[in-house]
Amino acid sequence: MSILVDHDTRIITQGITGKAGLFHSQQCRAYAEECRPGEEVMVGGVTPGKGGQEIDGFPVYNTVRDAVEATGANTSLIFVPPPFCADAILEAADAGIELIVAITEGVPVLDMARVSRKLMDYPCTLIGPNCPGIITPGVAKIGIMPGYIHKPGKVGLISKSGTLTYEATWQLGNLGMGQSTAIGIGGDPIIGTSFIDLLDMFEDDPETEAILMIGEIGGTAEIDAAEYIREHISKPVGAFIAGKTAPPGKRMGHAGAIISGGKGTADEKIEALEAAGVVVAESPADMGAAVKRAMER
Amino acid sequence: MKIHEYQGKQLFREAEIPVPRGIVVKTPLEASLAVKELGGKIAVVKSQIHAGGRGKGTFKEVPEQHGVVLVRSPEEAEENASRMLGNTLVTIQTGEEGKQVNTLFVEEGLDIARELYLGIVIDRETLCPVLIMSSEGGMEIEVVAEESPEKILREHFDADLGLMPYQARNIAFALGMEGKTIRAAEKFLVSICKFFVDNDCSMAEINPLIVTGEGDLVALDAKVTFDDNAMFRHKKLEEFRDLTEEEPAEVEAQSAGLSYVKLEGNIGCLVNGAGLAMSTMDLIKLHGGEPANFLDVGGGASVEAVTEAFRIILADDNVKAVLVNIFGGIMKCDVIVEALLTAYDKVGIHVPLVVRLEGTNVKIARKMLEESGKDIITASDLTDAAQKVVATLK
Repeated sequence: MSILVDHDTRIITQGITGKAGLFHSQQCRAYAEECRPGEEVMVGGVTPGKGGQEIDGFPVYNTVRDAVEATGANTSLIFVPPPFCADAILEAADAGIELIVAITEGVPVLDMARVSRKLMDYPCTLIGPNCPGIITPGVAKIGIMPGYIHKPGKVGLISKSGTLTYEATWQLGNLGMGQSTAIGIGGDPIIGTSFIDLLDMFEDDPETEAILMIGEIGGTAEIDAAEYIREHISKPVGAFIAGKTAPPGKRMGHAGAIISGGKGTADEKIEALEAAGVVVAESPADMGAAVKRAMER
Repeated sequence: MKIHEYQGKQLFREAEIPVPRGIVVKTPLEASLAVKELGGKIAVVKSQIHAGGRGKGTFKEVPEQHGVVLVRSPEEAEENASRMLGNTLVTIQTGEEGKQVNTLFVEEGLDIARELYLGIVIDRETLCPVLIMSSEGGMEIEVVAEESPEKILREHFDADLGLMPYQARNIAFALGMEGKTIRAAEKFLVSICKFFVDNDCSMAEINPLIVTGEGDLVALDAKVTFDDNAMFRHKKLEEFRDLTEEEPAEVEAQSAGLSYVKLEGNIGCLVNGAGLAMSTMDLIKLHGGEPANFLDVGGGASVEAVTEAFRIILADDNVKAVLVNIFGGIMKCDVIVEALLTAYDKVGIHVPLVVRLEGTNVKIARKMLEESGKDIITASDLTDAAQKVVATLK
């Protein structure tokens, strides 16, 4: 078992004829072929106006609706440029896609505010935007992370960041721990899936024995998560919060990573998590060790 | 993107949001002429910088001079302007170094019956913009939130419907407004919320928003920030960008596709990925060093990007050592080392350089570093890297 991604996952890429879209579709296909030879996991892509073409073996469709009808896809990976991302997400939702993973960085906040509220009308899950995606090791990867560093295992990983997640995965690997599923939720102020949504799924997933959450400065998502962990999560949780040294009022790369009005500091998040019984790594070198300590407690 | 108060007010006026009459000036003489033109018994001379706290702030060169002053004559305006223009204003938001004042905004004085606070931001939790108001005009909202949270009123509104008139009335009545002021508030609040959405603002703050003796609402201040990600659909706003208000190195980095923030320390950092870049700063601090910057070189880490990154980091005279921290994913470590070595020669690195690599093809990459014959210190993991770079300064 795992969350969100399993053996029934069938993926299409929106923006498959773009450079990044094609490259990562190929990478995701290669990963799936290695894990599950002979099974069709990456089933095609969508680029309006290029329907009927084929690109490196992927059939291209004009609309997500066409793609779903032809391939039975239930998952979409989005690589379209920021001005078109809101449209692409809602197109996927409206075509009945269940899991939408938006990699695109730079989507306007108000677009995401509108999209997120509209998505409440659909029974789908949006991961991202501005995220590395999601992987269930040994089953499928839907995103831009290097597949080989992830090993099947029992830690559920949730993170706002990309390379920092790879770092954490690497540390887990060195400690002999794999992941049930690893998700990058994205570094934007408004994202489709929160820490809490995923904590809840991991709590219910029998394969997941412990959870590692990696947060950063800005907003209150980690504090809300801490509150939720205290009330609802029985599994051990380790955490790390990036940006202890970030100055207030400055955006640290991610659109959402900013301390404003004295709120959203790493210290207040760490304090809230520790108060909820989470083992918080002081150093980014100890993210894996934090989960281990949480499990041993 | 931040803009100046006078620019915000220009946009407000275009959106039919009431603001005082005002004139932008760049010399003391212009300030005096502006007061004459505005007429009236009093006028306000306001420093234009991208930071709050200007009224309480003072100038480095003229410590008794405040950043915003009330004047009663053209002569007084001229004298004050001469003490402000070209000098450095230090406020609670500028940091010790302060900001040079190059522009003043001279405004008519108004009959103030009441001062209120108005702010609009996007609430991450409810996925809506939220209008925030309080009766404590002039005070920082964080202070009010701390000391008397019951005085803060909030109305969340739908981005597409905008603030509904009844929501504006909810606030107006709650603030104890009466008579024609209710109607004025309704119009004002609906308009400012529409302005926020129409322009993809990430923050709009009017502090104070005043009620005049006549019962009208007027924006006495205008602090507006736009969502950088939405600038593609607001091309006309680009002319409002004032590059002199931004850190030159940050502007340079931005045009090279890098994300850079200058800090006060002496250990430069070059990292791929924003989260890892922030963590690298934290790591340096944890091991007794001080990071000189945040720098995310991006997923690609091309020769051009790495070269530009080194240039920007080393242009900071405080930098006495550099830590490169790369986790190679899809972008392989050996490709990054190639970029690193090319950049090393191009830029001419004159401070100790510690490189920590992990991820795809890391073994080949480490070997390339060792065989390069360059004076590069390699580190095996994060902790080792931090310890080594801090040790070079001892």
